Amino acid sequence: MFRKILIANRGEIALRIIDACKELGIATVAVYSEADRNALHVRFADEAVCIGPPRSSESYLNIPQVISAAEITNVEAIHPGYGFLSENSNFAEVCEASHITFIGPSPELLRMMGEKDQARREMSAAGLPIVPGSQGIVPDEATAVSEAARIKYPVILKASAGGGGRGMRVVRSEVELAPAFATARNEAQQAFGVPDVYLEKFIERPRHIEFQVLGDKHGHVMHLGERECSIQRRHQKLIEESPSPAMDAKKRAELGGRVVAALEQVGYTSAGTVEFLMDEDGSIYFIEMNARIQVEHPVTEMVTGVDLVKSQIRLAAGEKLEEAVGAPVMRGHAIECRVNAEDPDTFVPSAGHITVFRTPGGPGIRVDTAAHADAVIPPYYDSLVAKLIAYGDTRAEAIARMRRALEMFVIEGIKTSIPLQRKIMLDPDFIEGRLDTHFLDRFATSRAG
Amino acid sequence: MKGSKKQPAGFEFTVPGVDLGQLERLLSFMTQHGLEEFEYAHGDLRIRLKRAIAQPGAAPALALPAGSATMVQGVPAQPAPAAVAQSAPAPSQAPVAPKEEDHIIKSPIVGTFFAAPSPEAAPFVRVGDLVEAGQTVCIIEAMKLMNEIEADISGEVARVLVENGQPVEYGEPLFAMRPTGKKK
Repeated sequence: MFRKILIANRGEIALRIIDACKELGIATVAVYSEADRNALHVRFADEAVCIGPPRSSESYLNIPQVISAAEITNVEAIHPGYGFLSENSNFAEVCEASHITFIGPSPELLRMMGEKDQARREMSAAGLPIVPGSQGIVPDEATAVSEAARIKYPVILKASAGGGGRGMRVVRSEVELAPAFATARNEAQQAFGVPDVYLEKFIERPRHIEFQVLGDKHGHVMHLGERECSIQRRHQKLIEESPSPAMDAKKRAELGGRVVAALEQVGYTSAGTVEFLMDEDGSIYFIEMNARIQVEHPVTEMVTGVDLVKSQIRLAAGEKLEEAVGAPVMRGHAIECRVNAEDPDTFVPSAGHITVFRTPGGPGIRVDTAAHADAVIPPYYDSLVAKLIAYGDTRAEAIARMRRALEMFVIEGIKTSIPLQRKIMLDPDFIEGRLDTHFLDRFATSRAG
Repeated sequence: MKGSKKQPAGFEFTVPGVDLGQLERLLSFMTQHGLEEFEYAHGDLRIRLKRAIAQPGAAPALALPAGSATMVQGVPAQPAPAAVAQSAPAPSQAPVAPKEEDHIIKSPIVGTFFAAPSPEAAPFVRVGDLVEAGQTVCIIEAMKLMNEIEADISGEVARVLVENGQPVEYGEPLFAMRPTGKKK
C-alpha cells in the first residue's frame, strides 16, 4: 500500500479522498491555489503545497507545478479526483515517467476514452450496443445525406472532440441537414480546434443510465449496478439516483455482464463509469465512458456498501478485486442532490461569502462538502457547494428523507439550487420515476407558465 | 510551507514543556520574519500557528477564537490532526508587513531551492550583495530542470529567507531586498 498520496484537486472531492486515505493510514499532501489558502483540504491534509495563482490553468491544471509538488513531498501516488487533470492522458504519462502512480487507468485507455468517436468504435467492437450512427467522422455533405438516410431521421450531429453541447445539432429532415452540417463543423472548430463531426440517431426522450465499474491490474472488472442521472440541464447533472426506476434485476445482470466483458477486453483498470442512453422502449446505447471517479459516486456507495475511493486506491496499489471489494450486494435506494452555488431559477453562478451553513443529518443522510460558515466560494472554479445524499429501504423512503433534509439544509450568503430541488422532490413525475433528460426543461417551462 | 517541519535556525524550545511564553516568542519570531504560518512537529506534539492577515476576500481559518492558542499533545502516531493555534496580532503590536523598504523576491514555481549553481560553487548572491534586476539569484529545481530565478528588482540582498536544498512552494518568499533602482 502507498505511504503517501498527493491529491491533485480541491473542494469536496479532495476531502473525500483525504477521508479514504485517513481510513487506510495513508499520509496526504494537498495542493492549492492562492484562492484556496484557507480551504479545508489544505487544513486537513498532512502537508500542503501552494502551486499557483487562482486561475486553474496556472495551478490545478498546471502539470509541472503538480508534479514538482509531488516530488518535493516525496509521494508515491497522485489521486486526480474528477475534473482538472483526472482524464488527461498526458498527465498520466508524466506521472509514469516520474515514477509516481497515477490513480486511474493507463494513459492509453484515457486517450481512447477521451476521443469519443474512437471510444464508441472500440466499445462497439467489444460488444456494447451503440446508438446507430455514421461509420466514424462524416467528411462531407454528400456522405452526411446518405448516412442520415440510412440511420433515419431525426439525427444529431456531434463534434468528435466534443462535450458540453457545443458542436451539436439536431436535424429532423434532409432540408435542414446541409446548413446544420456547416454550423456544427464551425462550432466544433471554434470550441475544440478540430471541425470533425459524426452523425447519430437522435433519441427524443432518453434516460441517462450509467454503470459504475471497478477494474484491477490483474485483468478483472466488476460492475456495481447503475445510476440514473436524467435530471440535468445543459448536460450538467443535478439529481442522481441508484438504482434506476427503469431498471430491474434481470436487465441489470444482462447489461452489467456485457459492460464487464467489454471492459475486460480493453483491459480497464481503476474506477470508471460507462454512460448509456435508454430510449422510450427500453433499448440502451453506449455514449461514452468517464475514466475516473464521478461526482455522483456516493449513491452507488450507499446502495452497495462499497467505498469506491478506498477501492480505487487499493486497486491502484495492485490489490485484486476480491481483496479490495469482495462481492457486494445492492440494497435499498439512494438519491443525491448536487447543491450548487447558483440562482435556482436562472442558474447564474453565485460565488461569495457563506454566512450560515447548517447541514441536515439523521437516519440515511450523508453530506459531502468542503463548505462551512464563513467560507468563501471563489469565482474561479465549479459551483458545487455540497452533495446531499439520502438513503432509504425504498425509493419512496429515500425521497421522503431527501425532502426533509432539503428543508433543514440552511445556507445563507449565497444563492443555491436547494429551492429548485425541494420542488422537484414534490413533482408527481419525479415521484413516479417518469424521467428523461428533458425533465428539467419541462419543469422550468411549466413553472413559468 | 505547511508540513515543512523544519525548525528555524536559532530558535528552539523544549518538548513537552511548551508554555505560553514560548508561543509568544514564536509569534514574535513569525512577525519579525514576516511568516504567515508556522508548523512544528516533534514526536507526538504538533503545533500550527497562523497569523490572521487582512486579506480581502479571503476566509478566516475555521472558527477558532482569534488570539487564542491551543495545542494537542499525546496524539497517537501520524497522521494526527493539526492543532491549530491562531493568533491575531494585538492592536498595539508592530505591523504585520516586513520592513517597509524590503522587496520580497518570491518563488515563481514549486521546487527545490539551490543558492548556488553546483554544490561546490559559491552562492549566486550573499547578504549585502548588490544585484541588478535580471541577475540570477538562485536555482529552483523542478522536474529535474534547473530553473534560474532572476531578481525582479535592483537592490541589496537584505536577507536570504530559505535554506539551501529546501523545498519551496509557489509564492514562497526567497530573498528580502532593499531596492536601489526601479523595477524591471
